[in-house]
Amino acid sequence: MQTYKNWRLETDNDGILWVYFDKQDASVNTLNPETMEEFSSIVDSLANDTQHKGVIIASGKKNGFIAGADISQFNKFKDVADATAMLRKGQDIFEKLENLKMPTVAMIEGFCVGGGLELVLPCRYRVVEDGPKTRLGLPEVTLGIHPGWGGTVRLPRLIGALNGMDLVLSGRTVSGKAAAKMGFVDAAVPKRHLVRAAKQYILSKPARHKASWFQELTNSKFARKFLAKMMRKKLRAKINPAHYPAPFQALDNWEEFGVDGEMPYEQEARTCGKLFFSETSRNLVRCFFLQERLKGLAKESQFSPKHIHVVGAGTMGGDIAAWCALKGMTVTLQDREPKLIAPAIKRAYNLFKEKLKEPHLIQQAMDRLMPDVSGQGIARADVIIEAIYEDLAAKQALFKSVESKAKPTAILATNTSSIPLDDINSVLDRPERLVGIHFFNPVAKMQLVEVVKGDRTADDVAAKALSFTRKIDRLPLPVKSSPGFLVNRILMPYLLEAVNMLDEGIPAPVIDKAMVEFGMPMGPIALGDAVGLDVCLSVAKYLGKYLNIPVPQRLITMVEQGKLGRKSGEGFYKYKNGKQIKPDDVSTDKSLEDISDRLVLRMLDEAFACLREGVVADGDLLDAGMIYGTGFAPFRGGPIHYAKTKGIHDLYQQYTRQKQLRGEKVDETRTWEMLMETN
Amino acid sequence: METKTMRRDVYIVDGARTPFLKARGKPGPFSASDLAVSAGRELLARQPFSPTDIDEVVLGCMMPSPDEANIGRLVGLRLGCSKSMPAWTVQRNCASGMEAIDNAVKDIAIGRHNLVLAGGTESMSRAPLLFNNGMVNWLAGMWGSKNIPAKLKQLIKFRPQFLAPVISLMKGLTDPTINLNMGQTAEIIAHQFNISREQMDAFALESHQRAANAISNKQLPEVAASYATTGQFFIEDDGVRHDTTMEKLGTLKPFFDKKFGNVTAGNSSQVTDGAALLLLASKEAVQKYKLPVLARIVDVEWAGLDPSVMGLGPAYASTALLKRYNLHLNDIDFWEINEAFAAQVLGCVEALADDQFCRDNLGMDKAFGKMDMSRLNVDGGGVALGHPVGASGARIVLRLAHILKRNNAQRGVASICIGGGQGGAMLIENVSSVGV
Repeated sequence: MQTYKNWRLETDNDGILWVYFDKQDASVNTLNPETMEEFSSIVDSLANDTQHKGVIIASGKKNGFIAGADISQFNKFKDVADATAMLRKGQDIFEKLENLKMPTVAMIEGFCVGGGLELVLPCRYRVVEDGPKTRLGLPEVTLGIHPGWGGTVRLPRLIGALNGMDLVLSGRTVSGKAAAKMGFVDAAVPKRHLVRAAKQYILSKPARHKASWFQELTNSKFARKFLAKMMRKKLRAKINPAHYPAPFQALDNWEEFGVDGEMPYEQEARTCGKLFFSETSRNLVRCFFLQERLKGLAKESQFSPKHIHVVGAGTMGGDIAAWCALKGMTVTLQDREPKLIAPAIKRAYNLFKEKLKEPHLIQQAMDRLMPDVSGQGIARADVIIEAIYEDLAAKQALFKSVESKAKPTAILATNTSSIPLDDINSVLDRPERLVGIHFFNPVAKMQLVEVVKGDRTADDVAAKALSFTRKIDRLPLPVKSSPGFLVNRILMPYLLEAVNMLDEGIPAPVIDKAMVEFGMPMGPIALGDAVGLDVCLSVAKYLGKYLNIPVPQRLITMVEQGKLGRKSGEGFYKYKNGKQIKPDDVSTDKSLEDISDRLVLRMLDEAFACLREGVVADGDLLDAGMIYGTGFAPFRGGPIHYAKTKGIHDLYQQYTRQKQLRGEKVDETRTWEMLMETN
Repeated sequence: METKTMRRDVYIVDGARTPFLKARGKPGPFSASDLAVSAGRELLARQPFSPTDIDEVVLGCMMPSPDEANIGRLVGLRLGCSKSMPAWTVQRNCASGMEAIDNAVKDIAIGRHNLVLAGGTESMSRAPLLFNNGMVNWLAGMWGSKNIPAKLKQLIKFRPQFLAPVISLMKGLTDPTINLNMGQTAEIIAHQFNISREQMDAFALESHQRAANAISNKQLPEVAASYATTGQFFIEDDGVRHDTTMEKLGTLKPFFDKKFGNVTAGNSSQVTDGAALLLLASKEAVQKYKLPVLARIVDVEWAGLDPSVMGLGPAYASTALLKRYNLHLNDIDFWEINEAFAAQVLGCVEALADDQFCRDNLGMDKAFGKMDMSRLNVDGGGVALGHPVGASGARIVLRLAHILKRNNAQRGVASICIGGGQGGAMLIENVSSVGV
């Protein structure tokens, strides 16, 4: 038998050929030209193979089946034609696989996504492990492309368009059980039966799965017209085709060419090839690598905390505690009285219900989260997180008492968003133990956590904090302890600028619409209401002093009147049961682009100031922080990347000109130009 | 005959219980294991050792829910005790919690274990409704019908009365050998000792007042808050009526012997959810982990009697226990007699003061003595707090240990009556260290 670098071939006692994918020098299997080339020659040899009863494709790795195509290859194509040719070649290999006479089984443990799923769809059967790590799907759209190796054709053909196209368009992944229910997996079995199940399919050769008559109908020309219209409407409600063209393209392809014959494949390769070169895809791939970089920051420490103690059961503290318990930590949650903890327990239960679904898992998580009025958890915790109100004296007193009770190896962390660490740690015997671990609201949605280093914070404590952040599946961003750190520092001037624009007579819905069109998940005015105007005001007062930005009178007045935003039922907008009451349509003579330009430039000005002051190490980290901490339009690649794309020099000129036109002073020391070379 | 001395001393190190939560006509927020976990994790969190250092968990529970088989093991695992640690469940009706402690005591005394978590739990509000026999047979017929004609034939056999549920709680509180419910046994005792409705109500009122005092004076350190998934939280026993009066109690109708009886819901224990857990340790464990000591468990006694006067069980068990140590009524500083019914506790007091009764039933030559009521159930009892059947036996032992400490007293007896005609009694001693 021929040997390969990335594939291992073995024949078992039943005459079944096992093809193990075991990519050289990698911990995870991904598909690149070399591995595909080898796979191609394996498939060729199987075409004439009469010795074996069948072939089972499995992973040679401990972790997962195939993570998809190697994303680092995405920007190596010469041009669209090159990319399209690569896709056509892959399609050919998979077509040969599909046409093999011998039975083929893909035996899947762990993740099987993107190109990985496209490789197993041409197999005659698929069996998967029914376990928590098994995820299947086509997440290509999250990288700004759509599947290009036949996935957009085979999946809807196999299970009908309703589920099939939904998976393509949403990019969501599903469990083994869900995949079996939809029909693109033949059996989801516990690990103990996996090998037997895989062999059983080869030995008994049952009929291959086919779409039901109804599912088949969904791919007919008539149904496609109708369904595509519905799906497009649904898609548009969520995303803007100008920002995220890939799913719309996949939908157009399906509507026009369906799932039969050669044309759909050709079209898929053609449009996917083009999408590789779209700005969106480039930037989403950039985001992917930014995310990998943040993950990589945590690798230096071997710290593996088991018990987390959280002081302060308010929105942030309670949700941090719940999130840690969800991720397997033992958590004690302390506050002064049971009545302050009880609402956090309810929220935790709802979170566990949503994420874990199965009652025994929910119960385990609930049992891991213990309300702890007397603070018994302090002595046992590996990480102690303070999330009480923003008051220096209170925080100092708390940490002083915590320090005397905590294990010497425990790290002390504050979730403060504004108080410098070196002010808090001044009361400690060992100030080097204090680090900032700053979460964003809502904790369960915002992936970013700022890991804040004060001047006295020890390196290994900061490294432990990074490691802890990864252990609970959040993205750590190291930042310097300066007012507002990174994310709030950049966000606040932007919000205040938006409030100023209200004062200039631009209606709130127009401002918000402009920023949503730019690609923000919500506009600045709605964001202020969501965060709470009292919170905004206190941050604005504090940061405004440092950044020399006047606090708008309107904000002060609103807080005085008790208009605190969503939570009080009225802020800039009115709310009913926590939902915004749609404001009346308003028109304005300003163009949306002018509005978003001004706000984005204000944001950029602060971003460049942060770089200049070294709040984060470089522009990439700044971009990552804004994307994962605020949802800054990912398809634009982050604020600094956006500025570079548009030209830093031009944007700066535009910014200063605008300021002068409004009669505002331009601070010459805050020039962006000096950063052009270094970044 | 032989003496029953134990080989090793057994200490109560610490204990915690949930607030006792009155059943309010629908399933409460906690299952029996939820209650035990709620009290247990608070208890374990304040220990210097880890839950994995515990050698054994023994829990008493009369009616765990169907998905809580061997609830002792379930609670042990949910509390984070070691998977290799054995755990089990005991059932001696209303004394299940005390039975669990007795078993832990034995295991420590004979040297099998050093550190045992023991107690009881009960979610009476979640006692299930069962299908009656007619329904069960009809369902069996449906499942056994293999084809559509057979199914149809079975279907028409359905009768509306099949839907009448069997209330398992009522079954559990009825003695099948004599076909009397527990309230009726209390009526028999009241009749036997001439205990009037006014005496019962006065006792009930006192129970509420004492419990209310203990709560307002913050004298119940063992009560740990319980948190429900709904966002509700409970910090104190919610059956206690701070404002009840003789007049209010007097308006209640007899509940068990309708019309002419004297036992009402007001002078009976309440149907309640709750759990109480104790940490028991050998001298070795106390020294190893430098544990504070609450009390020493001297001995336990169980007694049997006529099921129709099961409420007198404490009179039998406690006198037998004290006789063994040659102790007299005045040697005991404080008593806890579980209040299943006011009539039954008063009956015990009367019985012990009655020459005839003590001669005929307890093998004494005269009355045991007149109980000083100011030393009995000083912080209230089941009438005010409720009687979660699996937990009460453990609750009174823990309360008694705290009462001895608070009063710098020496000895106490906790005793409980048991449906089916038994009594249990535990003698404890206030000590603060294990000596040398």
